Formats: sequence, C-alpha cells, structure tokens
Amino acid sequence: MRFIRHIGRYMIMLFSVFRRPTKTSVLKELILKETDDLIIGSLGITAFISLFMGAVVALQTSLNLDNPLIPKSLIGFATRQSIILEFAPTFISVIMAGKVGSFITSSIGSMRVTEQIDALEVMGINPLNYLIFPKIIALLFYPFLIAIIMFVGIGGGYLASVYGNLVSSEDFIIGLQDSFIPWHVGYAFIKTMVFGLILATIPSYHGYYMEGGALEVGKASTTSFVWTCVAIIISNYILTQLLLS
Amino acid sequence: MIQVNDLRKSFGGEEVLKGITATFEKGKTNMIIGASGSGKSVFLKNMLGLFEPDAGEIIYDGEPLHDMEIERKSELRKEMGMLFQHSALFDSMTVEENVMFPLRMFTKMKLPERLARANEILSRVNLIGLNKKMPSEISGGQQKRVALARAVVNNPRFLFCDEPNSGLDPNTATVIDQLIQEITHERKITTVIISHDMNSVMEIGETIVFLKDGKLAWKGTNEEIFRTDNKAVTEFVYSSNLFHKVRIAQNKGF
Ligand SMILES: Nc1ncnc2c1ncn2[C@@H]1O[C@H](COP(=O)(O)OP(=O)(O)O)[C@@H](O)[C@H]1O
Ligand SMILES: [Mg+2]
Repeated sequence: MRFIRHIGRYMIMLFSVFRRPTKTSVLKELILKETDDLIIGSLGITAFISLFMGAVVALQTSLNLDNPLIPKSLIGFATRQSIILEFAPTFISVIMAGKVGSFITSSIGSMRVTEQIDALEVMGINPLNYLIFPKIIALLFYPFLIAIIMFVGIGGGYLASVYGNLVSSEDFIIGLQDSFIPWHVGYAFIKTMVFGLILATIPSYHGYYMEGGALEVGKASTTSFVWTCVAIIISNYILTQLLLS
Repeated sequence: MIQVNDLRKSFGGEEVLKGITATFEKGKTNMIIGASGSGKSVFLKNMLGLFEPDAGEIIYDGEPLHDMEIERKSELRKEMGMLFQHSALFDSMTVEENVMFPLRMFTKMKLPERLARANEILSRVNLIGLNKKMPSEISGGQQKRVALARAVVNNPRFLFCDEPNSGLDPNTATVIDQLIQEITHERKITTVIISHDMNSVMEIGETIVFLKDGKLAWKGTNEEIFRTDNKAVTEFVYSSNLFHKVRIAQNKGF
C-alpha cells in the first residue's frame, strides 16, 4: 500500500517537473552545472573501474580457456560482449547509483531540511522544475559517458591481453570483430537512456520528499541507493527480455 | 491585507492550530507572538501555502488562497518576501547571488543593476564586504540579515519574517526591526512578523496576535498589551525579567 503511494507520488513528481518552467537563461546555466557535476565529474572513477574490469574479463576468459580447440580470439569476443551488453550499461549504472544518486539525494535532501525548497516555493518558483529538470537533461548525456566507458573497458581488456601475453594483438582484434551484431549497441544505449532517467529521478524523489533532519538525509541517501539499484536491475531484466529475446 | 479565518492544522492526530482567526493590515507591522512550540511557524507556513490547512481560509486582498490555480499562486508569491527562522539561504550561492536571486528570476534587470540593488539593500541591513562569502562562512546573525535582504530586494507586497532578530545582538536586532518597519511604512506593504522578543513587540508591534497552545489567546496593539489583564499575556510578557522589574516598579507607584 505504501509502495503504491510512493509510485503515485513519483509519477506526479515526474509530471510536475515539466510544469511552470524556470526562466530559460537560468535553466541553461543549471543544466551546464549539473552536466559538469553529474557526467564530467563521473568520468574519472567510471573510466578507472571500467579499465580494470575489461582487463579482468580478458584475464578470466583466458584462465578458463583450457580447451585447445577454442581459438584464443574468444578473449576479444568475450571482452566485447560483456562490456557492451552488461558491464558498461548496467554495472556502471549501479556504481553511478552510489556516486551520483547519493549526491543528488543528499543535496536535495539537505535543501529540504534547511527549508531552501520552501524558500524557492514561496518565491513562486516550481522547485521540482528548478532542481530536477536540469538533472534529467544532464543525464541525457549519460549515453556519451557510457560510450567512452565501453571504449575504455575494451581497451583495458586489450592491454591486459597483449601485455599479459594472453593472446596476440591480432587475435584479440579478430575476436573483437567476430560476429558483431550492431543491434547490441542499440540495445545497450536504449538501456543506458532508461538508466539515466532512473538515476536522475529516483534519487531526486528520495531527496525531495524526505522529512526530518540531518540524520534523515543520510538515511534517505541509503534508501535511495537501494531503490535506484533495484529499479536498474529490474528494468535491465525487462528491457533485455523485450529487446533481445 | 490578509484575513485568516478559523485556521486549523493537525499533524498525525495532534492538533497544532485549533481554529485561529486574525487580520493582518496593510502598511502595518503585524506581530504574532507566543512561546516556542505554540504553533507560530506552522501558522505562517499555512498562510504561505507551504502547508495545506485542514480547515479555514486565508484571504489575500480579497482573494482566497485555496481557490487559486497554482499559476495564480505563483504570481502572488512573486510579490511575497519571506525570512525563514533559520534563514534558508541557498548554500550553493554567495551572499550577493542569494540577494540577487529574486531579481535574476523575476526582473529584466542586467547584472550591474542587480548588483547595485543588492548592494543598496545589503548596506541597509548593515552588511558590507561579505558579498563573495558563502552562507556557511558567515555567522548566524549575518545569515539572517542576508535572508532579510533577499526577502525585500524585489519590493514585495507582502513580507513575512519568522523571528527576524533571534540570534542577533541587541543593537543589530533594533536596526533590523526598524528596517522592517521602515520598509513596511515606505511601501505600504503587509508585514507579518513572528517574534518572542518583547523588545521588538514594544518597538514595532503595531498589531499583535498572541498564540497559546495553538489558539488565539489575545489580540491588540503594543499599547494595549501592557495594560491587559489577560493572564496568559501577562505571564508571557512579564516572564522577561526586565519587564517584570518594570511592572514591580509601576506597582510601587514610581
Ligand atoms: N512538519 C511538522 N510535522 C509535525 N509536527 C510539526 C511540524 N512542524 C511543526 N510541528 C509541531 O507543531 C508545533 C508547533 O511548532 P512551531 O509552529 O514550529 O512552533 P513555534 O511557535 O515555536 O514556531 C510543535 O509541537 C511542533 O512539534
Ligand atoms: Mg518557529
């Protein structure tokens, strides 16, 4: 019952975000700032994680490849498939739920606690539009981040393979190009867009509607992380079912 | 003018406002006083539409708040200034950005004009040279004054102040009180001030509403408040040591 109430309020929030828009020049500035905070600011850590995950995928594939009949180029193939299909879109989004998600919840939540949201409202500004709309727009750039992450991850696999003597550079690239299905990339980016929307809105919801004081801001960030992950994992399953099978 | 009729508000079964009727007049400093926890802030937030009242009406210059479309309410709010009890400054903005915010949002003023206006107001609240500081870098009393500057910078028609001088030294408190009164008289705005400071009440309380346990216990002017026999009021007024001594002195016939 409480869950349904949350869903209802979340839907109303999504709708209200687009009503009574803030002055365009102000919105532009806010969008730039959010893009910088949420996307550019996440580039370093996600690229770092991705580089090493690509390397580990290559290493694991190689370690489990003891049948001489299976070509070594499988390492390139496996790295590509796992990075593009799941690792870059899904795993990185779960990381982002921790990084960007809890940042959004705690920053909006502390504005709630210190009555800054009330101050916006009393001025006749739509706080939902002012606070959340720029985040949604900023996260429309999320697929660009994920595209970079895909390259970095595959690069990590390549470096680990070649410098770890798992497979030759030629074989890795052969594997990389082996039975490539362009739709997989389309599928990955559709997922990424949905995850971006989840990353912008669920943490905002938890921050915006929180009650209490500073302690509750911390609790709200944790709850928000859990629900953002749950939403990502479930929609990942649904989208894969719809788009790939 | 703001008319409030039989306003009621509960939180989870506990009735905080138990039917309050009051009038706040244009061009006057109207005060709401009462002990802490008596429901003053809740009352004000209902008036502003931040809380949805359970019953009763709030009428702005003849226009009931609950009949307004959200768009109309937004328009009305652009003419309101509010000083929150804990300032509620935007902590991602500097002092001057906070003060210029309403101008940036609702006027066509260019940056130099906005800056000039912000500086004019900041000097009226006795704050000079803090323009580039962040709210976290200034004291609570200074934050209050920045918040007052932000509340009045765009010439509101209605001004609400929740304990404007708590946390201020007596000198600054007087300056702030007088500034609020000056602005109210200059521009003929409707000002509502929450306070539990008897000094302020004496200085600028042109109409006074006294809340006790969520009920209206007394209303009158600052001349009447020292002559009333209402027990709740006298208890509140003379709980302040200074006034207590004044009253004893009066009784002795000085
Ligand atoms: N958002 C809220 N939820 C529940 N109770 C509240 C809320 N805000 C205020 N109250 C309660 O209402 C009462 C009056 O509070 P308030 O109006 O802040 O007092 P004050 O007169 O000191 O400003 C208090 O008992 C407080 O606990
Ligand atoms: Mg209060």
